[in-house]
Amino acid sequence: MEWDWSAVSDFMPHFWDGLLVTLQILVLGSLLSFVLGLVWALLMRVPSRWVTWPVGAVTEFVRNTPLLVQLFFLFYVLPEWNVTFSALTTGVVAIGLHYSTYTMQVYRAGIEAVPVGQWEAATALNLPVRRTWTAVVLPQAIRRVIPALGNYVISMLKDTPLLMAITVLEMLGEARLFSQQNFQFTEPLTVIGVAFVIVSYLASLALRALERRLAH
Amino acid sequence: MPTDTLPNPEKSPGRSTGELIRLEQVTKRFGDNTVLDHLDFSVDAGKHVTLIGPSGSGKTTILRLLMTLLKPDEGTITVDGRKLFPATEKERREVRKQIGMVFQQFNLFPNMSVLRNITEAPVTVLGMSKDEAVERAKGLLDMVGLADKCDARPAQLSGGQQQRVAIARALAMRPKVLLLDEVTSALDPELVAGVLDLLREIARTTDITMLCVTHEMNFARDISDQVLMFDAGRVIETGPPEKIFNEPENDRTREFLSAVL
Repeated sequence: MEWDWSAVSDFMPHFWDGLLVTLQILVLGSLLSFVLGLVWALLMRVPSRWVTWPVGAVTEFVRNTPLLVQLFFLFYVLPEWNVTFSALTTGVVAIGLHYSTYTMQVYRAGIEAVPVGQWEAATALNLPVRRTWTAVVLPQAIRRVIPALGNYVISMLKDTPLLMAITVLEMLGEARLFSQQNFQFTEPLTVIGVAFVIVSYLASLALRALERRLAH
Repeated sequence: MPTDTLPNPEKSPGRSTGELIRLEQVTKRFGDNTVLDHLDFSVDAGKHVTLIGPSGSGKTTILRLLMTLLKPDEGTITVDGRKLFPATEKERREVRKQIGMVFQQFNLFPNMSVLRNITEAPVTVLGMSKDEAVERAKGLLDMVGLADKCDARPAQLSGGQQQRVAIARALAMRPKVLLLDEVTSALDPELVAGVLDLLREIARTTDITMLCVTHEMNFARDISDQVLMFDAGRVIETGPPEKIFNEPENDRTREFLSAVL
């Protein structure tokens, strides 16, 4: 088997398109999962079963069904109810929602790890509940959970090729298309393999920088 | 010491005298364990009261009830003529404004600078302007000897320094009552004196009512107007420090004091 550099250069324009889509999915999906996960985690602390039971049931359901099934469901079933989004939007929503059911558990652990003395000090200073959360508990909890959230970002990156199933042309989609048209598989697949490693490395660097910025 | 940062008798003529805190028939249980058993006692405004007794006798529970960190199972607690228990959460918030607490483990907010630890509550709870809160915080830091630590994070301070910041933080709310829960127990021995000297100074120069749980008997003897000896959820002996420490009447008190002195 010969390595063909001209195949690499032929693939590169497609690669950049695919990389851009992969990064969009990763960045938007991560942000969505960070925000939604926090919302779920906070809703689970509302002292009412009318809130915690439905939130718990829905997130448990989403966590325990395959992302691929959710992608198909959102992409093929929602349009039957006249809800249509682009394939990319659908993919971002699905992956963000799916991962939010994991990040919520990360947040929960982070919130529970804030020492009870912090809550007591907030009470002793008569801080309102909202202020206790925003100024005392969440800054400490979020700082603690950034490494764990980072792991899910890497994990999500590796799940982005699933969006190929709903016609999103991210890196693997572009590589597959190129391979089938040119009968050259080694070069495009190698290129995107290396790209996945680089992106996950850069993502971990970015998260570490964020962690340092939030250090006390 | 800049006295303008603290309430004192001359500058606050309207302050209440007479009874400030009253507990009536207060019972607190943890499971089957009755920590406080139909307890009655009251504290007059401006007095310094020390609670002593063996561990598990309910001293800390009283402070935690007054800070509303716990709820009594029975009984009423009144502060400055207003009910703390039973009361609605909203009423409790109002009454609680008059109470400050310093904890054994300091409980400073590690995500905030020393200065922000002190200004946070005056700004968000009392609605004080940021400039005024900063000015007051700097005055208090000066008083506790940490004027140069404004921008430090709590983790950069020694335990004794952290506890002095925590005292400043509590005082910034100008409470009528200051609850001190074994405030030197978590400190290295060489740092205890600095914190106790600061508290002696506050006791001497302000009219803040202090309720103090401590194992530092010399400190208790120095600052107390009244000492309450606890055992098994009841006050078994009470009186001025000279009487409790020099001529205790109760056998359990004698036993306890001979063990700790």
